[in-house]
Amino acid sequence: MFAEAPVTAPPYLATLLWLAPLPPLVAFALIALFFNRYRQLSSTIAVVSMLASTVMSFIVFFNVWQLKDLGKAPIRSTFPWLPTGDTVLNIGVGVDPLGATFLFMVPLACSLIFIYSTGYMANDPYYSRFFAYLSLFGGSMMGLVVSDNLLTLFIFWELMGFCSYSLIGFFFRKPSAYRAAVKAFMTTRVGDMLLLLGMAYLYTQTGTLSFHEILHNEEVLTKLAETPAVFGLSAAAAIALLIFGGTVGKSAQWPLHVWLPDAMEGPTPVSAMIHAATMVSAGVFMLLRFFPLLQAAGEHNTAFLVVALIGAFTAFMGATIAVAQYDIKRVLAFSTISQLGFMVAATGIGAYVAAAFHLLTHAFFKALLFLASGSVIHGVEHGHHAAHAHHAGHHGHSSHAGHEEEHGSEHEEHAHDHDFDPQDMRNMGGLARRMPITFATFLIGGAALAGVPFITAGFWSKDEIFADAYYHGLVKGDGLATLVFVLLVLSALMTAFYTTRQIVMTFLGEPRTEAAAHAEESVPSMTFPLIVLAVFALFIGFINVPKDFPVFGALVGGGAFWLKNFLASMLLEKPEAPPFNAVPVLFSIVVALGGIALGYMVYGVRPLTAGQTDPVERLPFFKFLHNRWYWDDLYRAIFVKPMQFIADRYSEAVDRGVIDRILEGGYALGARVTKGFAEFDRVVITGFSDAVGRAFRAAGDWVRDLQTGQVQGYLLSSLAMALVILIVFIFLFQ
Amino acid sequence: MGLQNAINGIPLEWYLIVAAALFSIGLYGVLARKNAVAMLMGVELMLNSVNLNLLAFWRYLAPESAAGLAFAAFVFVVAAAETAVGLALIIAVYRSLKSVDPETLTQLKL
Repeated sequence: MFAEAPVTAPPYLATLLWLAPLPPLVAFALIALFFNRYRQLSSTIAVVSMLASTVMSFIVFFNVWQLKDLGKAPIRSTFPWLPTGDTVLNIGVGVDPLGATFLFMVPLACSLIFIYSTGYMANDPYYSRFFAYLSLFGGSMMGLVVSDNLLTLFIFWELMGFCSYSLIGFFFRKPSAYRAAVKAFMTTRVGDMLLLLGMAYLYTQTGTLSFHEILHNEEVLTKLAETPAVFGLSAAAAIALLIFGGTVGKSAQWPLHVWLPDAMEGPTPVSAMIHAATMVSAGVFMLLRFFPLLQAAGEHNTAFLVVALIGAFTAFMGATIAVAQYDIKRVLAFSTISQLGFMVAATGIGAYVAAAFHLLTHAFFKALLFLASGSVIHGVEHGHHAAHAHHAGHHGHSSHAGHEEEHGSEHEEHAHDHDFDPQDMRNMGGLARRMPITFATFLIGGAALAGVPFITAGFWSKDEIFADAYYHGLVKGDGLATLVFVLLVLSALMTAFYTTRQIVMTFLGEPRTEAAAHAEESVPSMTFPLIVLAVFALFIGFINVPKDFPVFGALVGGGAFWLKNFLASMLLEKPEAPPFNAVPVLFSIVVALGGIALGYMVYGVRPLTAGQTDPVERLPFFKFLHNRWYWDDLYRAIFVKPMQFIADRYSEAVDRGVIDRILEGGYALGARVTKGFAEFDRVVITGFSDAVGRAFRAAGDWVRDLQTGQVQGYLLSSLAMALVILIVFIFLFQ
Repeated sequence: MGLQNAINGIPLEWYLIVAAALFSIGLYGVLARKNAVAMLMGVELMLNSVNLNLLAFWRYLAPESAAGLAFAAFVFVVAAAETAVGLALIIAVYRSLKSVDPETLTQLKL
């Protein structure tokens, strides 16, 4: 499977790495500057550029995917960029095993989302703007993946922050949308600040920001581990924690998770971008990059502890909240938070490969789920308009696939539309018959999320995490890993439950509203990406089947543990790999099927009818869960409100009391000075000019009498003058 | 050879006196005549007196150089051109004003 000797990769790969992120970035510039009036052209440019990027990335990936020692000697291309005192800051691109797997996933998912968007956004008045931002988003993520150093990674990281801001607030006329955009931007900013600090700290300690030079260098890592920092932490642990701060913000971990559910305000393809291909993946991606730093800080160090606890807690909290949501996208949002918690917790207990594996599979099935939910929303909106038109007696309105509505009040005559929420699962039901492709693909995505054994990707990656946690916790007796294992198993159970709830509420039973009854299947440009993603959601898990797994290990043969072997060269010190153990496998089978069975008993046996109360509302702590553990209210009370209070007082005291006074004083002074200048102008400058004019006029009046018009008179005076000059010459120069 | 000797016998001053007289007559004509054509004739006289001077000086002071002859030739050419332009102007003026009296030609005065 793997080439034994270090195979030399073709030299053009480095060039391709430089080129891979460029097409979408260029597409952004082209659309923004030149083609924003041409809708069709804009989307074509965006899709083609992303496909070009995909082709280049795939060429790179399929050239390196069998190289055994790629991690030891990654393909890199750097150049000195910024001299900083004694050292020079190099920037460049590179591909190592972790980057290579992302070069496969990111452009593929982005391309599918782009294609889907051409259908989903078809009726939006700001179609070109959407594709411009989407291209920038995709290009930034590509740039982040190929970066070989923390500085360019950070630049692209921030570019993505900007793109998510613009796209979450895409329906900028809706107050909730722009508030969500600001919230997302501000919340991730907290994490980015920590990341920036970590970066500065790292640079002062090592004099370089290149991943390979820091993280694959025993000497540097040892030095970092031995340098003491604050609070009894080593420099390695302190830097790792600061960088983890960036992950917490970007990957929506507690306590900075609050922005992600609100990010649902953006159009659904954006949610898919944020939740799967780009934004949140970037956070975990970077955490995995800096895994060697965590290792260097030593086993059971504080950094590992913090990462594991935050991850496990977030996984558990996200899963509990997802149970009690009605908005179809909000359920998925909290499931994303929860699944990211799985990855972070896995990283925290040293399960490097499992975390990367889950990140990869999750990207595919979560992109699928979001795009499918977008298709559902689209269908229900369509159905709502169709039903309304039917009742009003004119069918013409059925062609309004009403996204304009999201842009404000263009449809005044549809005033009651604003009461109808096409994303509320209580307004759905029975969609399986109306939208068969969407149903089938959503079912596959949901199965992967729930971890249906053997046939879905989600099972394999989640099982991998369980195996690691079980081995470190219950076999080796590590308390932290045990806690992580327990929390994750509970979360997985709830995941299976809420996924079943969601699928049943949306697709099964009888339609609960007219809109659901009239919903229609989406256009092929939207269903095609769903089908492709569904294939990946089923089969991508086979890239890392454990070798000793019954039946399946033998089935994949030499392909077993491909990802693990591929990523192995990333780390100098290999974390202990658990031997195959049937107990965690049984756990993952039982929680997945148990959760599904439980969900089906509650919702599936007797599906909800219109107006019936959801059974979860009978839970004693439903309100607590539905209101998202009150985190948003807490933050509002302790951060937003005091900040607003301070800002108000400040504006009153400083802005109006001091600054305005100074400005007014300055204004008065300026007015006086100006008046002085005006006087000077009037008297001196204007007076002088006028005097000159008058003098010339007088001189002219006097001189004009000399002009008689008599030619002979002129000649006579010339003669007289000549004589005078002659006489003067004679007397002076004799 | 008799004529040649006679010319050689005339001193330079005589030529200069004739030229000065001719110049003065011309100048008077330009300044005093009431007819533009006559003024033009005066100008011609002045130019010819200068020519006479040039040739006399050449012959008596620098016979080996061709400069004097060249100057005289230039003056002829300029005088011919000047006469052509001047007469054309006078004819044009006469056609529009029915007069060639310089005292009546004051239209360009402010």
